[in-house]
Amino acid sequence: MHMGMQSSYRGVSGSSRYFLTAALVIAFLVLSGNQPANALPAFARKYGLRCSACHESWPMLNYFGQKFKDNGYQLMNDKDSPIWQNPSYWPITLRITPFWSRESTNKIAADTASGQTSLATTGFNLSGLDILTGGTLEKNISFLLVPSADETGAFHFESANVRFDNLFHSPWLNVRVGKFELDSFISEKRTLTLSAAGGAYQLFHFIPVNDGNIFGQLGDNQIGAEWMGHSFNDRTRLSAAVFSSTDGNVDVPYGQNSYTAFFAGSQAFGAGKLGVQRVGGYAMIGAAPTSYLTSGGVPILGSGTSNKSFSRVGFEGLFYLGEHLDFQVFTQHGSDDAWFGACFGDVVTGTCDPANNPGAGAGATLPAGFRNPTWNGAFVETHFVYNPQFTIFQRSEWVRMSQQADPAAATNLGNIDNYVFGYRYNPFMSSRAGFAFHNEYSWIRQRGTAPDGSDLTSSSIMLGFDFDF
Amino acid sequence: MKNSKQLMFRIGLGCLALGVLSLPLSAQDAPDVGPHPAPPLKNMESHIGKVTGHAKDGKMDYRRYCAGCHGDLGDGNGENAAWLDPKPRDFTIATFKCRSTPTGTLPTDEDLYNTIGRGVTNSNMPIWNTFSDQQRADLVAYIKTFSPRWEKEKAGEPIKIGPEPAVTIGSISHGKALFTKMECWKCHGPEGKGDGPSAATLTDSKDQPIRPYNFAAGSDDSRFKCGGENQDIYRIFMTGVDGTPMPSFSDNIQPNDAWDLVHFLRTLQVHRKSKENDALKAAGGKIPPYEEKAAPAGQTPNGAAGGGK
Repeated sequence: MHMGMQSSYRGVSGSSRYFLTAALVIAFLVLSGNQPANALPAFARKYGLRCSACHESWPMLNYFGQKFKDNGYQLMNDKDSPIWQNPSYWPITLRITPFWSRESTNKIAADTASGQTSLATTGFNLSGLDILTGGTLEKNISFLLVPSADETGAFHFESANVRFDNLFHSPWLNVRVGKFELDSFISEKRTLTLSAAGGAYQLFHFIPVNDGNIFGQLGDNQIGAEWMGHSFNDRTRLSAAVFSSTDGNVDVPYGQNSYTAFFAGSQAFGAGKLGVQRVGGYAMIGAAPTSYLTSGGVPILGSGTSNKSFSRVGFEGLFYLGEHLDFQVFTQHGSDDAWFGACFGDVVTGTCDPANNPGAGAGATLPAGFRNPTWNGAFVETHFVYNPQFTIFQRSEWVRMSQQADPAAATNLGNIDNYVFGYRYNPFMSSRAGFAFHNEYSWIRQRGTAPDGSDLTSSSIMLGFDFDF
Repeated sequence: MKNSKQLMFRIGLGCLALGVLSLPLSAQDAPDVGPHPAPPLKNMESHIGKVTGHAKDGKMDYRRYCAGCHGDLGDGNGENAAWLDPKPRDFTIATFKCRSTPTGTLPTDEDLYNTIGRGVTNSNMPIWNTFSDQQRADLVAYIKTFSPRWEKEKAGEPIKIGPEPAVTIGSISHGKALFTKMECWKCHGPEGKGDGPSAATLTDSKDQPIRPYNFAAGSDDSRFKCGGENQDIYRIFMTGVDGTPMPSFSDNIQPNDAWDLVHFLRTLQVHRKSKENDALKAAGGKIPPYEEKAAPAGQTPNGAAGGGK
């Protein structure tokens, strides 16, 4: 079994070597053309700025892009109201990524003699589609609406919010209501990594093994209200949000009265020739139900009670070492209530066994000895920006359980190691559309989660064309 | 071995296909821009306080943030320029609107530095105050590589601005009289709405139509192109807005007269809370006619006492 995994990886490394070599050759061939850098669609069309003005490498924001966003998608040049726009201007961007990939997993359950097998699949594929619309309704009233489809075409609203900016002429008073991304300046929605095993920040979605709390995922947009304030030059940023503990799902399907709060703050400062550095922190503190009324054995939506608590706190930093190199650092200490650790919580979508529902009349109790699961994690993401058109990136991420809910569980059960590297090349850019050749390799291992209880390892090789218009 | 060769051949074919694909894509740049040879990178420097900017360090930021409008050659002909009004500045002629120096002279490094950080309201020039001091200084140095004027000439000497006299209804009244006498209304209109009889005919130094500033428009937080404080308006009178029909009045107007004019212009910003509008409101909302008073012996009509004449 172990040998099987190894031979599988030999195959991966061999072909990946060829593809990486090929991709690098392409990149440098095209780079030698010395093309100019230009910009990004909806806002670029409105303001006539190159996409590189707001993006380190799209979609990742730079400081100016962050300030533009914090001002409610306004340049604050007295021309932000749509009344200044050509009437035919339509603030819509479409984004999708056709790609070829190789996805490999060392152990999946299968009807074989051992009950599992390794699997490596290659093929052409599509990402989901984002329809990004955003801008101003009037000066200091802005909106963002993102209908989004997965790769099968099933739609949902990724974001839908209205924001009132600069209330009483103060950049410290901005209020947003609706569904929105939590205010971490390190944004998973704007990550440069796209592959199956490397596209997400693990810490933004981490849930301990057999844990029933789906509500503490920083990476999922949430439905609520947010106050955000910043200094005029955006060096100081503060925000506080309160939202329903629904993991962003509509119609309040979980608790009767369960809310989560998210706080973030950061400070940027100049460091001479190194550039502008930013350090900050965040805290997510919430409560979510662990008990539901049932009808015919099925949980009644919105009937959840017996709220239990959870928290996520951490540090985030963005450090520049000159104009070409930057590091994003993100840490997290997470904790869930022991009831979540015993997989009480989300019985609505099947995360937990429906039997784990005290409200169903079964009178379930917390198993003896169970305690709050806690963990620590961090990632470092590096970008080498050769020029605004060509960026090489890597991310290394680690999550370590510091206390298992079940005292009998292995101490490292659920630990994650994730490594990603690749590059993103924009052979051209204009202020009308964005286009990038994207090549990435990612590898992830989670301890003890294979069908046989050993480590589960997956990897991806991706070559794609990421475009938006 | 054979399989390996076939694989390499296929990959090579793939590279070729992608390369061919990329070439026409990269050729789709705005046709009016053409090739983008970088300007000769001179060892230009800028000096803002203790910060020294270097042109070579500003190149990447210029390309990232500025070239889309100002062009890779700094000629104000970036790919977005055709869609912008007003047009981006042409750095090759080194004529700048916002200066602390007399008309016709080069601005100081600090003037350019301040313009970058302040932005230009009512234009597409953003407020680039997210840059570090060093980045802005480097950009100033890089901008100076576009024109030979920076090698041949020195920046002008900044004009001196004395303290602002107190606002009175008298200073506002005198300012209004100057507004009429100096024919500011011909361009800016009698109510400062930018609709004077000459307004429609104005062009800038590149023959582009240009509109006079509309004082009456905008909200409480409206700014001027070259700053939002009274001394910024004062500076505009005295230095002019080079490249536009707005001249320098430094030879025609005395310092305290200029302050009176500033006080009057503030009252044209009818939506703005200001000490000038407060003074006007306290006087019943109407500006009384200005009456020239005889100066006491030994004083000029524009004595140091300032407003309230």
